[in-house]
Amino acid sequence: MAQLICDDVTLGYEGKTVTEHLSFSVNAGDYLCIVGENGAGKSTLIKALLGLKSPMSGSISTGDGLKAREIGYLPQQTEVQKDFPACVREIVMSGLLNKCGLRPFYSKEQKALAEKQMERMNITSLSKRCYRELSGGQQQRVLLARALCAAEKMLLLDEPVAGLDPKVTKEMYELINKLNREDGITVIMVSHDISAAVKYASHILHISHTPLFFGTKEDYIKTDIGRTFTENTGGGVDGNA
Amino acid sequence: MEMLEKLSSYMQYEFVQNALIVGVLIALCSSLLGVTLVLKRFSFIGDGLSHVAFGAMAVAGIVGLTNEMILVLPITVIAAVVLLATGQNAKIKGDASLAMLSVASLGIGYLLLNVFSSSGNVSGDVCTTLFGSTSILTLSKFDVWLCIAMSIIVILVFIFFYNRIFAVTFDETFTTATGTKASLYNLLIAVITAVIIVLAMNLVGSLLISALVIFPALSAMRVFKSFKSVVICSAAVSVICSLTGILVSILWSTPVGSTIVAIDIVVFIVFALIGRKGK
Repeated sequence: MAQLICDDVTLGYEGKTVTEHLSFSVNAGDYLCIVGENGAGKSTLIKALLGLKSPMSGSISTGDGLKAREIGYLPQQTEVQKDFPACVREIVMSGLLNKCGLRPFYSKEQKALAEKQMERMNITSLSKRCYRELSGGQQQRVLLARALCAAEKMLLLDEPVAGLDPKVTKEMYELINKLNREDGITVIMVSHDISAAVKYASHILHISHTPLFFGTKEDYIKTDIGRTFTENTGGGVDGNA
Repeated sequence: MEMLEKLSSYMQYEFVQNALIVGVLIALCSSLLGVTLVLKRFSFIGDGLSHVAFGAMAVAGIVGLTNEMILVLPITVIAAVVLLATGQNAKIKGDASLAMLSVASLGIGYLLLNVFSSSGNVSGDVCTTLFGSTSILTLSKFDVWLCIAMSIIVILVFIFFYNRIFAVTFDETFTTATGTKASLYNLLIAVITAVIIVLAMNLVGSLLISALVIFPALSAMRVFKSFKSVVICSAAVSVICSLTGILVSILWSTPVGSTIVAIDIVVFIVFALIGRKGK
């Protein structure tokens, strides 16, 4: 059984449809990349997958041991966060909140988990630094550690490399790839970057107002739409597939 | 020396003791919440809500309630909930609805006072409510106990929900997505904000409340880099400034509210300079 199933989902705002007839499923260990132009409904889809917004029709369900609130989310940076006075440890630990139940403070085990995730993201040495003074790549790793504190089975990444320089972008992709391949974490990534999608993902969902494609990467490259886009972006396959 | 003697002789009076107790507690509470409000881009909420409270006070005065709090507190809480809890979904966006509510209550409140007031000195009454010029020195026993009780509740709520308040302030979407009811905590923040503002009106009056909420938080943010240290520093700065302000105003008979605000401004400038040097 799949971890996440979308069945004929229609999404929109105030009665206006953004995207419709969306059907796909994500299995444990998959690396799904969601691509599409601006306004194609990618961010609406993210909200729906996170349960922040209910679909206008159709259903989104979880299975295979994954509960609805167990998706670790890496959001895009907000304005508020750019000058937020908080140290790295405080932010990573805030991901533990859903494990607290009614307790007001974090337990020893939970703090240990936060330390472990910081080590995993290689930010232990930054733990006392102020978030707003970190580089873009470091900030993303902090937020990734927070997401891993909240959920270990599935990560949903919203444009994880937006605003990063090419070198850091590559490191970020490698890090995500490692989490997927070595630790078996299911990854759903929303991205503009089709060449990277084709390079790293196992599955691709290309959405427009109606879904243009859903399937494995190998099949995507063979479709007309896949070919147009991979050629337009200079092709990123390079035998790395 | 003479000053100290003067001060210690004043300290004997119960009304001075009351003013100090209430001043310290309100300064503490408002600065705790202030950090969250400033970071959530709600710096003006203090101003807006206090104008609502002013309007409510005018109504309470006309109706002839002996204890205005019964009316003022619920109305302000409702206004806070409407402003803070509806958040991004409202048809009129945050700052506009805040400005609208704020000036509307101020205008209507003043109008009602003028038309219906039985007092001979309307502008004097209005001035007192707006600038809190003497009300902190004329606190009743009930006011003091109410303030102590409310402050204890606010401080306990803040400590108990500290981690949640941090998470909601830093990233509402993430917090909701991972299963914590952010809207519930927004509501909580709204309610305690309203409570603090109604209490603080006694201290600095409607017009200057924002200063109590934002200055200590902004000062602390210049220098400190973690959320916890900012909260602690902000609380300390706020308490010290208010205490100094009240003492200065007693010694030199300056208006309490504006004296506290003036000291807050000086401290902010000092912290800003320290922060710049640290870079």
